Amino acid sequence: MNRFSYLRAGSIEEAVKAAAADASARFIAGGTNLVDLMKYNVERPTRLIDITRLPLNTIEETESGGLRLGAMTTNDDVAHDALVRSRYPLLASAILAGASPQLRNAATTGGNLLQRTRCYYFYDTATPCNKREPGTGCPATFGRNRIHAILGTSDHCIATHPSDMCVALAALEAVIHVAGPDGERTIPISEFHRLPGDRPEIDTTLQHGEIITAVELPRTDFGVHHTYLKLRDRLSYAFALVSVAAALRMDGNTIAEARLALGGVAHKPWRDPDAEAMLRGHPASAELFAGVADHILREAKGFEDNAFKIDLARRGIVRALSQAAAGTPQSQTDKRIR
Amino acid sequence: MSEIQNHPSPALDKVPVTLTVNGKTRTVEVLPWTVLLDLLRDHLGLTGTKKGCDHGQCGACTVLIDGKRMNSCMALAVMKDGASITTIEGLAVDGELHPLQQAFIDHDAFQCGYCTPGQICSGVALIQEGRARTRDEIREWMSGNICRCGAYTNIVDAIEQVLGSTTEAAQ
Ligand SMILES: Cc1cc2nc3c(=O)[nH]c(=O)nc-3n(C[C@H](O)[C@H](O)[C@H](O)COP(=O)(O)OP(=O)(O)OC[C@H]3O[C@@H](n4cnc5c(N)ncnc54)[C@H](O)[C@@H]3O)c2cc1C
Ligand code: SF4
Ligand code: FES
Ligand code: FES
Repeated sequence: MNRFSYLRAGSIEEAVKAAAADASARFIAGGTNLVDLMKYNVERPTRLIDITRLPLNTIEETESGGLRLGAMTTNDDVAHDALVRSRYPLLASAILAGASPQLRNAATTGGNLLQRTRCYYFYDTATPCNKREPGTGCPATFGRNRIHAILGTSDHCIATHPSDMCVALAALEAVIHVAGPDGERTIPISEFHRLPGDRPEIDTTLQHGEIITAVELPRTDFGVHHTYLKLRDRLSYAFALVSVAAALRMDGNTIAEARLALGGVAHKPWRDPDAEAMLRGHPASAELFAGVADHILREAKGFEDNAFKIDLARRGIVRALSQAAAGTPQSQTDKRIR
Repeated sequence: MSEIQNHPSPALDKVPVTLTVNGKTRTVEVLPWTVLLDLLRDHLGLTGTKKGCDHGQCGACTVLIDGKRMNSCMALAVMKDGASITTIEGLAVDGELHPLQQAFIDHDAFQCGYCTPGQICSGVALIQEGRARTRDEIREWMSGNICRCGAYTNIVDAIEQVLGSTTEAAQ
């Protein structure tokens, strides 16, 4: 690990000011991603700003009937919160599908949003990588790419965003609250993570010096018909090859409202508004779901090791929509997929 | 605000960290990039906590921080200033093993033993959390602890034994 100076921030203002003053300063929360990357010399901050003692660890109802998750709430806090479990069980389920109990006790809502890709080359400073060192190339496109993206890739980067939590947040249309040197603003989750394009070194639209203060969940009605289906190389403690968050509002067998987001397939949680429109107003059926899956994957592009993901995603979408329509969400402890 | 260190360029200055480890409060001076695992092993001589991967991937370094299980390899010690830590060395009371330590012996729940301190700390937390009941649930809630020797079946047996007696005691 490189040397750094340490500041324990006493207020949001202090944290923002310290970060804005130093281009190579980083906030640190749970540390489960940043410390890991520092141990590999991928991240080399000269200053760490500890934000864990800021008063951002509450879960509160909003006036409009939603929930506001403080950025310092841990993944475990959120997954076991009674209001989250009753109103946004999809989010609780997605969080519990990720990492391990130990990591979820440390990992925070803000840090999870900003975790970086698990691309092998990104982690290995002996290899080139456009995300780590812009302009050096992307060995994943011709090298090992089993865990890489099939949607929204560019010639410059085919990495995925590895989070499970964010896939559920995308389906729930969460809004990210941030504070920065120029004041506060909000960013819809759909505009928070970005596609790699020709700037793969930039993961999100958050600016340097900006701190995530909270994630707001708008009021929704997906308490019954939802599922988080995570498909991976081992049943627990592994990142998704493909994951699907599905949330439906049913009127009898007819789909009144639909949200669908995919993880493990792109540089950001993947949503397709047209596919959701295809579901709205139609009775749930396997044919409909298959058509929706084909639509979402119409431009999917596989590489040498990951072309299987296209079919895996197709089946995952159909299965997840069936689970959601039936109101039988995937269990995160009994791993059998029904 | 508490400015621990505020140099224009990072220097080799140590910072004081006060921790209550297994009931004893102690202050140690460490460099800011020291992780809790290294503080416990190298500065306090508590070598029961093991370093497996050093990257959050194996669970060998699991300890309880303010009662919650975490990977001590991923936690900067300076960030835990003021916390209460329980390691494998702190589980026995007056020379009497924690019921889960005894259950690991009863069920032969280890082979090389390297993952065992982490497994036991994690299992103790699992029991306190009270979320796992079935074997499937025990497996899932222990999934943050890898055992290269593959003692998993016996580890689940050991935890099940203690959970069983805890349930009985509660009734
Ligand atoms: C072995 C392993 C397995 C894992 N498996 C999974 C998995 O299956 N699914 C999954 O989703 N995740 C998984 N994770 C990733 C884990 O969820 C993330 O590491 C964690 O969520 C990051 O949160 P943190 O609080 O520890 O972030 P940190 O490491 O503290 O920070 C991460 C980044 O976010 C920035 N940051 C943190 N908080 C803020 C804030 N409030 N405002 C602005 N910037 C901020 C930091 O500067 C840093 O750049 C795994 C991790 C490990 C080590
Ligand atoms: S896929 Fe992205 S992160 Fe991986 S090597 Fe290519 S540029 Fe780097
Ligand atoms: S040594 Fe900490 S998780 Fe492996
Ligand atoms: S007993 Fe050897 S690693 Fe678990």
